[in-house]
Amino acid sequence: MTNVSSTISSGAPNVTPPPAARKRLPLQWLGVMPFFIFALMFLILPTAYLVIGAFQNNQGEFTFENIAALSQPTIVSAYWISIRISLASSVIGALAGFAIALAIVRGGLPKWARPATMTFSGVASNFAGVPLAFAFLATLGRLGLVTVGLRAIGIDIYSLGFTILSFWGLTLTYLFFQIPLMVVIITPAIDGLKKEWGEAAATLGATTSQYWRMVAIPVIWPSFLGTVVLLFANAFGAIATAYALTGSSLNIVPILLYAQIRGDVLHNPHLGYALAFGMIMITGLANVLYIWFRTRSERWLK
Amino acid sequence: MKVSRFWAWATFIVGASYFFIPLIATFEFSLRMKRGEYSFEAYRVVFADPRFQATFGYSVVVAIFTILLGVLLVVPTAYWIRLRMPWLRPIVEFITLLPLIIPAIVIVFGYIRMYGSNSPLPFLASVRGTDVLLIIGYATLALPYMYRAVDTGLRTIDVATLTEAAQILGAGWVTIIGRIILPNVLIAVLSGAFLTFAIVIGEFTMASLLNRPAFGPYLQLIGANRAYEPAALAVISFAITWGCMSVIQVLSRFAPKSANNPN
Repeated sequence: MTNVSSTISSGAPNVTPPPAARKRLPLQWLGVMPFFIFALMFLILPTAYLVIGAFQNNQGEFTFENIAALSQPTIVSAYWISIRISLASSVIGALAGFAIALAIVRGGLPKWARPATMTFSGVASNFAGVPLAFAFLATLGRLGLVTVGLRAIGIDIYSLGFTILSFWGLTLTYLFFQIPLMVVIITPAIDGLKKEWGEAAATLGATTSQYWRMVAIPVIWPSFLGTVVLLFANAFGAIATAYALTGSSLNIVPILLYAQIRGDVLHNPHLGYALAFGMIMITGLANVLYIWFRTRSERWLK
Repeated sequence: MKVSRFWAWATFIVGASYFFIPLIATFEFSLRMKRGEYSFEAYRVVFADPRFQATFGYSVVVAIFTILLGVLLVVPTAYWIRLRMPWLRPIVEFITLLPLIIPAIVIVFGYIRMYGSNSPLPFLASVRGTDVLLIIGYATLALPYMYRAVDTGLRTIDVATLTEAAQILGAGWVTIIGRIILPNVLIAVLSGAFLTFAIVIGEFTMASLLNRPAFGPYLQLIGANRAYEPAALAVISFAITWGCMSVIQVLSRFAPKSANNPN
């Protein structure tokens, strides 16, 4: 703005003097001010407060002590189980979601299959939180329909070591929103695989497996990995389902942070900040990877 | 290159069973409250519970205010960015994506530390203030979805021409946004609104940590203390989510197609 007005006024001395131009600049910014103030006050500053607090001691001096204190066994095991659950549910969710998306786009299923699946995926990917935990308790809890049904035919999954309050129990539950999210995101990417590529490959004598290995998978790969990290972040920050399912018996990071906010269970508020900082670092990293993969995939899928 | 039809069917059926068995099981479980027969007793108990009515009502009101705040925040901003400051778009888009990067529990933790009773802006000092903070928190959670919906809606109209025409006729900014832009992107705004509703209605983390009597914490409480009511509540919640998504689908049929990209 300033550059434009200065070139104009130097070229033609009679045009509106710079003060008027200077007055327009803040007016233009006025239009986006509410948004930026809101984002600053309720998104950026609260997060920055925690991040700065993670590097301070009780006297407000700079320190790495809190970050170092994250290495105590309870916290490390909480991060570890959180990462494992997020990783398992995102990788399995992505593979299953990809298979379903492939089936409805390329599988020659009846016409209704695709819109029905897409609609259902839209609903299921938003059906999370406490009610999802209830649904899985009613299915695979001790009195759940599947548990009771399997017991009737002689398979007692609980005596085989399964419990809904475990790593696999929680992973299986998370898949209920992870798989549909994958279907919603990856279906357009599969649509983007052009028919001509398949025809060109066939003309050149490629087999189906060669087409997949050398054409389709390399093109889909960045979208696939990008969605995996998105699902990872999605599972990593989730708390309501896990909390309603397991109470505080499963020690994942969001539940530990929840207990810390409620009652300072770590006996050090700044350690709580460090815990939150660690969460932001992990989900932040996942999203950086997501953006990177997405820009790579957009090269092909236009 | 087609996928074999057998594998497509196999995948589809396995997938469908994974998704439908829990729904059927939950429904079946919710009918088992009376010993030895199927009944809607659990639903009757849930609907008759005054805490259900109170918390659900509270969450509906909070959701409505969240939607209003979201619309007030997003529509003028997205409009202004498209009209006057397109170079700011990447920055604004990045900010609207932040709530997907920063987990809700971290955001609300920040609120609790920043806006406590002894802070310069003591939202948490009063009940009303805490309600306002909860609405603000929900508006940030809904920001990614609301912004995307509105921005997609704005793409289908010629913002610059509409604005010029309105200005020539003497309209001010409030008139332009309220009576020209908003009605034109109303369907997009409503889609964002119903998605926001679906997200906010059963939200647990923020409401619980801010100690507000919302539907999410009530669900959790019932889950910890009752046997059959949780299943009924899960069925009700699924129906609400389904309802919101169906409305969005129906609305999208009325949405004008993009002028630059006609389908």
